[in-house]
Amino acid sequence: MTGVRVSMTVNGVEYTRDVEPRTLLVYFLREHLGLTGTHVGCDTSTCGACTVLMDGKAVKSCTVLAVQAEGARITTVEGLARDGELHPIQQAFWDEHGLQCGFCTPGMMLAAVDLLQRNPNPTEDEIRHALEGNLCRCTGYQHIVNAVKAASRIMGAAVGAPAGGE
Amino acid sequence: MAVTQVFGARVRRREDPRLIRGTATYTDDVTLPGLCYAAFVRSPHAHARIRRVDTSRARSAPGVLGVFTIQDLEGKVNPIPCGWQVPNCDLKTPPHPPLARDKVRFVGDAVAVVVAESRAQAYDAAALVDVEYEVLPAVVDMEAALQSTTLVHEDVPHNRVLLWSVKGGDFGAAAREPGVRVVRQRLVNQRLIPNAMETRAVTAQYNPGTGELTLWVTSQNPHIARVILSGVLSFPEHKLRVIAPEVGGGFGSKIPVYPEEAVVAHLATRLARPVKWAETRRENYLATIHGRDHITDAEMAVRPDGTVVGLRVRTLANFGAYLSTAAPAIPTILYGLVLSGPYRIPNIECEVTGVFTNTTPTDAYRGAGRPEATYVLERMMDLAARELGLDPAEIRRRNLIPKDQFPYTVATGITYDSGDYARALDRALEILDYPKVRAEQAAARQQGRYLGVGLSTYVEICGAGPSKVVGSTGFAGGLWESAVVRFSPTGKVTVFTGTSPHGQGEETTFAQIVSHELGVPLDDVEVLHGDTDSILMGWGTYGSRTTPVGGTAVYLAAQKVKEKAKRIAAHQLEVSADDLVFENGRFHVRGAPDRGMTIQEVALQAYLAWNLPEGMEPGLEGQANWDPSNFVFPFGTHACVVEVDPETGQVRILRYVAVDDCGRVINPLIVDGQVHGGIAQGVAQALWEGARYDPAGNLLTGSMAEYAVPKASWLPRLECDRTETPTPVNPLGVKGVGETGTIAATPCVVNAVMDALSPLGIRHLDMPLWPERVWRAIRQAKGGAA
Repeated sequence: MTGVRVSMTVNGVEYTRDVEPRTLLVYFLREHLGLTGTHVGCDTSTCGACTVLMDGKAVKSCTVLAVQAEGARITTVEGLARDGELHPIQQAFWDEHGLQCGFCTPGMMLAAVDLLQRNPNPTEDEIRHALEGNLCRCTGYQHIVNAVKAASRIMGAAVGAPAGGE
Repeated sequence: MAVTQVFGARVRRREDPRLIRGTATYTDDVTLPGLCYAAFVRSPHAHARIRRVDTSRARSAPGVLGVFTIQDLEGKVNPIPCGWQVPNCDLKTPPHPPLARDKVRFVGDAVAVVVAESRAQAYDAAALVDVEYEVLPAVVDMEAALQSTTLVHEDVPHNRVLLWSVKGGDFGAAAREPGVRVVRQRLVNQRLIPNAMETRAVTAQYNPGTGELTLWVTSQNPHIARVILSGVLSFPEHKLRVIAPEVGGGFGSKIPVYPEEAVVAHLATRLARPVKWAETRRENYLATIHGRDHITDAEMAVRPDGTVVGLRVRTLANFGAYLSTAAPAIPTILYGLVLSGPYRIPNIECEVTGVFTNTTPTDAYRGAGRPEATYVLERMMDLAARELGLDPAEIRRRNLIPKDQFPYTVATGITYDSGDYARALDRALEILDYPKVRAEQAAARQQGRYLGVGLSTYVEICGAGPSKVVGSTGFAGGLWESAVVRFSPTGKVTVFTGTSPHGQGEETTFAQIVSHELGVPLDDVEVLHGDTDSILMGWGTYGSRTTPVGGTAVYLAAQKVKEKAKRIAAHQLEVSADDLVFENGRFHVRGAPDRGMTIQEVALQAYLAWNLPEGMEPGLEGQANWDPSNFVFPFGTHACVVEVDPETGQVRILRYVAVDDCGRVINPLIVDGQVHGGIAQGVAQALWEGARYDPAGNLLTGSMAEYAVPKASWLPRLECDRTETPTPVNPLGVKGVGETGTIAATPCVVNAVMDALSPLGIRHLDMPLWPERVWRAIRQAKGGAA
């Protein structure tokens, strides 16, 4: 099969690779770039384990062809921490025991980051609905919800919480 | 972090940094030079004779390194054995070939395997394998299978896997007692799909120079996998290394040894190339074990005052097409022996018929037998209460085993360790504010709203042991556990455990035990598991055994370290060991706190070996192999409030209260997490999950798009509380907690929904309580067409 050249910026680093046209973004990240923090959990775009940010928005990378991400900025779980410092969502998942086996966690955190960008102070209901595209089999979600709330507090405090914020 | 308390410290998990940074290594993340990929060709038919397999097109496809069928594996890969051959039940053990021979027995049965340079090439070529089938009639329904002339295995008449029974007392006599009423109900416990978020995978590497074969496997029990695979592959066990790296959930589905693992291991030796296979989710639905799938006719004999005098159940249990590793134990000893639950029931009879069908094999799924038993018991308690006009809380209270009667031997012959069942029930009712909730329900009914209150009082058996007892039930192994606690010369500690946690958090819990016992900072303790090369033996993580059995081994190994360290300190301080006090990680002379040595200083001395007591070996480590004297028996009461929308049949959980008692709690944060996850799976069985086959044996719920794994928005916020009744079975006083939520939640929710629908005269509906099913029942009850 003839290869195509794809270029994109992943976690701030620009990569160019020759891939089969049918290569999914998730396999591009995992097998061509060796970024195995992004997981494959299903084949129906249901589970969300492969969620990454593409130009700042959460996408399921099993549902995006690598060629569709040409020129895009991708953030994976490996790109969340800055200078070794955990991103608030990582810190909150750790503090609140928001993970058990950890397999859904990268996708879950990136979906939560997407939510918190759109809605910095979500209610519990808003969090639960925003995470509908991400399945977790271990936690029953309660500690995940707590973690997203906690992250929203940390991030709110970091930018200066508005009056009435927690 | 500093030294922690062994009990009650909400320590953040030490597993988490690698998981939240995306640097953990799951089996599919393992990359090796020269790695190639396997893909299996699977049967599209539930039952068919294989006429011909033509691999020629696949062989010539790009990148293909080989295509293999059962003929290529003859004499090289033996059948997959069943590891729990329950005695005295006429168990049939037809061979389970590593690839289908002559015929396929379920949709997804593997017929051939392709190995290619890339994952995509392997799948492309697998699609080019031409298999000519002669389709046979399929048996899918258990009752039909027992009557059918169609046999899944020709040498298993009536498709009957086993006929097992247990009898304590005399149910018939109890039922004939004057005034006793017998409540009857048929209960279907539907088939479930475990859905660990990580599907199965195996990466195999063979080194012809050393003769070592290394397998990375998604396993809950790598040592068991090694023992079984060394037999299946006729491969010397000491040259076979099995690693369970990061494992993304199991829930029982990663206990068995599967054909794919043996086949991929063999191909790595045959091709002298590392080979990886990672299951697709579709394959996971077809070829990884399913759970539950019982049909039970239950009879409960009860006096007018609510005293239960007897329980008789007849159960059909679906084994699917082959016997999976632990399958025979699940609907027998892990089900029938548990039927007394937390109650004094003097007469219990249980008969189980196991059935082969042309469906995916079944085995342990979270709870494994105990949720099935608890569902039967707790539904029957509610039906009995309703028949007698008793409050569901009251009938339970009347039958609970009183706290002063432990150890208590139930009619099925097992002996419970400790409990205060009434206290957990009282606490749940108190948190719920039971009288107020009942008043709200009555008021809601006046307004035409259907509120229901459900209770579930349960006891779990877990942390199985001793090994000789488990062995007498046909388990082909032991259920003790190993631990090594080893100081390094610089005073750091490594713990090696034979358990294999995969999300349960024992890297943290066990570190807490060691940090506390040895007085070393938590960050100075590393807990290793899941590698047969570094851990001498182990039986894995399942059956809520990891902390009660594996944690106890760690505790005992730490005691041995402490004892030796004390002798060294006494020797160097020139005092008797009896004169030493161990406090905050330091030995000092009683009455002279300035004269002492830290345990880290002792560790260095132990390795320098310049000045040790006469005859003492250098080094500082302790090893313990702990075989428990009995199971442990966690218990509790769950309670919930639901509302049913009569227009849509939709069930909404308004409140969910869980009071669990798992003995002493080491890390409440982790215990909460275990309970939450268990409840989610239990609630999901009640309301949403159910595998369905069509009459031809096609799995209709064949993907996550068709099978309802619960989402965050479906579940309520859970209100969890605990009582703490230590077990005398182990020195930590701990019981397991991995399965309690799943066991308790299912009947709790179903009882609540049936309570909500009781004004309509609806007595029972089978799970899952899908809106359509509930809506039809409501419509029928109101006199409309169903």
